[in-house]
Amino acid sequence: MIDKLEKIVEFFENMDNQEKIEYLISYADSFKEVPETIASKPYALDKKVEYCESGVYVWSIINEVGNPRFYFYVENPHGVSAKALCSILEEGLENTDLQSVITINTDIVFRIFGYNLSMGKNLGLIGIIQMMQRQVKKLIQDS
Amino acid sequence: MKSKNEKEYFNKEVLVTTDWLLQNLDKKEIRIVESNEDPLLYSTGHIPGAVQIDWTNDLNNQLVRDYIGKEDFEKLMSKNGISNDTTVVFYGDKSNWWACYAFWVFKLFGHTNAKIINGGRLKWEKEGKPLTREVIVYQESDYKSETRNDNDIRAFRDDVVFHIKNGMSLIDVRSPEEYTGKRLHMPEYPNEGALRGGHIPGALNVPWAKAVNDLDGTFKSADELEKLYLVENHLNSDDDLIVYCRIGERSSHTWFLLKYLLGFKNVKNYDGSWTEWGNSVGLPIQK
Repeated sequence: MIDKLEKIVEFFENMDNQEKIEYLISYADSFKEVPETIASKPYALDKKVEYCESGVYVWSIINEVGNPRFYFYVENPHGVSAKALCSILEEGLENTDLQSVITINTDIVFRIFGYNLSMGKNLGLIGIIQMMQRQVKKLIQDS
Repeated sequence: MKSKNEKEYFNKEVLVTTDWLLQNLDKKEIRIVESNEDPLLYSTGHIPGAVQIDWTNDLNNQLVRDYIGKEDFEKLMSKNGISNDTTVVFYGDKSNWWACYAFWVFKLFGHTNAKIINGGRLKWEKEGKPLTREVIVYQESDYKSETRNDNDIRAFRDDVVFHIKNGMSLIDVRSPEEYTGKRLHMPEYPNEGALRGGHIPGALNVPWAKAVNDLDGTFKSADELEKLYLVENHLNSDDDLIVYCRIGERSSHTWFLLKYLLGFKNVKNYDGSWTEWGNSVGLPIQK
């Protein structure tokens, strides 16, 4: 597991529910949309996470030092959880390598948000990570 | 403003406007309830005075796939300061899916005094109406609930089996891709908790989204809804009708509009929906 991401996940695991809500909202507030230099609307549907009710799009690129960099767009302005997870992933995966991304356990969704997520919500949030992993596998394949 | 010739909803009292709510925010006999797909959303800011009722943690039984019982409903009402005569006004995200779902569950317990804010959270926000992060803790009430009545507005699997055997109407309110089963066949993607894709034999496909205005999440006019359900889909307000989706939330939205806005007399929501039907041994599907 990637150290920086693991530290964030553990941070969430050790807080009470109210603190968790506040931190998640804070992460959601810091969400940055994909810049136009990476993608412009209308976004390609193959970047859209299936079954995510918030309409999340994911882009993965390799930066100048050969590490992956991720960008996101959340269609639903009310998709607070999705925005929070995207921000956590962006921060937690900074300077990580391609292979490490594939090893991320999607269980982090439950460790961050709790185990009482609805089925639709957990499928959607897990789908964001799975989409990133598929894109990274493709980047490795093509490199 | 409605034009002189524009038809009214069948029960116009049950749907309130954002302006009405703004004028009635301080009324003690009203309790505003926010119910969302994303439970975090309430904490980012909500209508002043609103409480949150979360469908997963508050309305569902945590050990049985069912809703809470009478005692837990009474506790939930008491905790939120809701009395038997309180007017409960629901709103939420996703064009009020979850608000309609909570409204429907309240009806199972006989709480008749309930309303939906037309347009829900989206319209309230777009109009720049006030939101707050302040959570008010209300004085506990003494709520006496009826025993949950699952007979009148709720359908179970066996009801649906009986329904299709007798050629009665069903509406699948999911997207056309879900209705045809296409979405379960995409490689590498998670499915929606069902082993098979498709729909219940004989069900019409009338996606819930056709009933709302995209820009503000409000219900379409009575004329437009009549055209959609009565004319284009040949339904009749006397029909014995069951609606379903994936888990019963989108179909609560359609159930609400058919019952209250169009006056369907006998419409039930099948909350087991596709996650039950699509997984059940021995039940037929169509694609």
